[in-house]
Amino acid sequence: MASASLLKTSPVLDKSEWVKGHTLRQPSTSVVRCHPVAPPGLTVRASSYADELVKTAKAIASPGRGILAMDESNATCGKRLASIGLENTEANRQAYRTLLVSAPGLGQYISGAILFEETLYQTTIDGKKMVDVLVEQNIVPGIKVDKGLVPLAGSNNESWCQGLDGLAPRSAAYYQQGARFAKWRTVVSIPNGPTELAVKEAAWGLARYAAISQDNGLVPIVEPEILLDGDHGIDRTFEVAKKVWAEVFFYLAQNNVMFEGILLKPSMVTPGAECKDRATPQQVADYTLSLLRQRIPPAVPGIMFLSGGQSEVEATLNLNAMNQAPNPWHVSFSYARALQNTCLKKWGGRPENVKDAQEALLIRAKANSLAQLGKYTGEGESEEAKQGMFVKGYVY
Amino acid sequence: MSAFVGKYAEELIKNAKYIATPGKGILAADESTGTIGKRLSSINVENIESNRQALRELLFTSPNALSCLSGVILFEETLYQKTSDGKPFVEILEENNVIPGIKVDKGTVEIAGTNGETTTQGFDSLGARCQQYYKAGARFAKWRAVLKIGPNEPSELAIQQNAQGLARYAIICQENGLVPIVEPEVLTDGPHDIKKCAAVTETVLAAVYKALNDHHVLLEGTLLKPNMVTPGSDSPKVAPEVIAQYTVTALRRTVPPAVPGIVFLSGGQSEEEATQNLDAMNKLEVLKPWTLSFSFGRALQQSTLKTWAGKKANVGKAQEAFLSRCKANSEATLGKYSGGSAGGLASESLFVEGYKY
Repeated sequence: MASASLLKTSPVLDKSEWVKGHTLRQPSTSVVRCHPVAPPGLTVRASSYADELVKTAKAIASPGRGILAMDESNATCGKRLASIGLENTEANRQAYRTLLVSAPGLGQYISGAILFEETLYQTTIDGKKMVDVLVEQNIVPGIKVDKGLVPLAGSNNESWCQGLDGLAPRSAAYYQQGARFAKWRTVVSIPNGPTELAVKEAAWGLARYAAISQDNGLVPIVEPEILLDGDHGIDRTFEVAKKVWAEVFFYLAQNNVMFEGILLKPSMVTPGAECKDRATPQQVADYTLSLLRQRIPPAVPGIMFLSGGQSEVEATLNLNAMNQAPNPWHVSFSYARALQNTCLKKWGGRPENVKDAQEALLIRAKANSLAQLGKYTGEGESEEAKQGMFVKGYVY
Repeated sequence: MSAFVGKYAEELIKNAKYIATPGKGILAADESTGTIGKRLSSINVENIESNRQALRELLFTSPNALSCLSGVILFEETLYQKTSDGKPFVEILEENNVIPGIKVDKGTVEIAGTNGETTTQGFDSLGARCQQYYKAGARFAKWRAVLKIGPNEPSELAIQQNAQGLARYAIICQENGLVPIVEPEVLTDGPHDIKKCAAVTETVLAAVYKALNDHHVLLEGTLLKPNMVTPGSDSPKVAPEVIAQYTVTALRRTVPPAVPGIVFLSGGQSEEEATQNLDAMNKLEVLKPWTLSFSFGRALQQSTLKTWAGKKANVGKAQEAFLSRCKANSEATLGKYSGGSAGGLASESLFVEGYKY
């Protein structure tokens, strides 16, 4: 079992001259600039979009900001709308997404927004393109490109993620429409093993998707979600996470993916949802940072955590604990439920509630922005925000 | 399974971190008897134990040089040797806060079916040997794997074989209290350009870290000894800043931050070249979460050896030459080298085609 003292962030990183995610030393006269142009060993992993990919990834991984995940498929969005008594119509989905993207000043805390395909091509209720509204807010539009999870034959009832067929032309079309990053979510289940097969498939699929995305101008967000389901302890999650990330990076390398132009979307290292032993934010931070330090090369600009069923406040506290000391990569958030939950409830589908709902969204966005800077204090959080959002066997 | 956390874990982490102290580096003085013979014959000195002992004594008693070093890699014979007044070398090093290390591999052999690619030997009784070395005072080990660049090289077989070998060696060391220095050297030999070297180095390092992870090696208790990314020996030279950029990019793409230090091999570069390249890397304005330092053999000893020429009367001057190189490289690890310790000898290329240790 891993001893806690080994998991403390190494003091080598505690030097005061470190600035989060950026330069190590004060500029000296004979310095060679490496940013923001793509690094030279680049032709090793070339694509005509290389410089743009690096620039986009860096823009998303900017201090004090994270991603708003609003790419719920129509079916999943339907569940959200149903929870506030609304019918799952295009008009309602459009109204809800308009509310989100138009929240005034959202771009202060949000650097990127992941959209579902319908939304990428939609207009707001006042007729502006969703994509344009986001860009005006200084938020990079992204697009979910996977086609969902299906059963993995030959596995122990595990899933794999579909979507590679025709991915190249689709990605090119999304780029034309204004998307600049992509997202592909695959899952790994601890109660089901995970089997070697499931882990390899997850990693390989991500690597292929990432290579195709970069080839078509989209920064790939690499998301192997290790599901919260299960009664396993935090050490077991740690083991599995290390295995998964070792596979992912090896296959990304074999597929010649350029690491300066990707983002990661991992799950934090926590006990399973049904484990009797809970973990404090400090423990989650220690385990998760240890995982990152042992598996993630510093060329990757940003690590945007998923919330996976944690409550709004939990997700913020855990992120804050991870940002108490400088990290070699931008450590931030890519939250859906943990940003939208209270906002959705406040809206309830009524136009007169839009302002309050947007306010609620901004409160969560700001809290997570502070957490990214390691400055979140948790003052004034509502009971609503502390409610857990874990749903067993959750299907997106 | 997660990383192996045995009884030596805390000690391994502590020692690896100490070796990676900014401003310090490693003297690779682990030339096998055969190889040191070549060095000695180049200065017309007979390859007998007393001469080997005299050379190493010269190095380890150089006034002030040891403060630039955090570790010295020794060959087995040297681990048990003493100075002329009977003081064990290991004691001198320890008294000066220099950690003794030990070469544990038993050389390379060709892999059948490849075009001269090699794998490294040395697994038999490695655990037991490590225990003995630990008892004798060693706290880190070194194992050199070699890959070459050619039209079809390195092959997938050679990469996998060497990566697995390094990982197995590394975990055995950690089980027995020695910090493993992981050395996957990509040889400079060839007409290829720096981009080719970069591509190969990145591929090799990705495979090495995959293997280390699969073998549950505790990365915080290891060090990496890679080649710098340079043009091939038959290709035009480039500026240190270019070498620095390609090298640091390759490392940023492959080496997780848990690794405390990267100690470069010099591989045939002249003393001055090696220092300048190391300095350029440390001046680069990009985030490097591991220290970048040296583990030099020839690039620290060349002028010292020539100045000594086997004569007692030259020891003082030879030690000065050694101190000069140590200081230069110490400054280079801090990005503060201002040049100027390049005497004619320091600029001499040390490249030997098809070099065999």
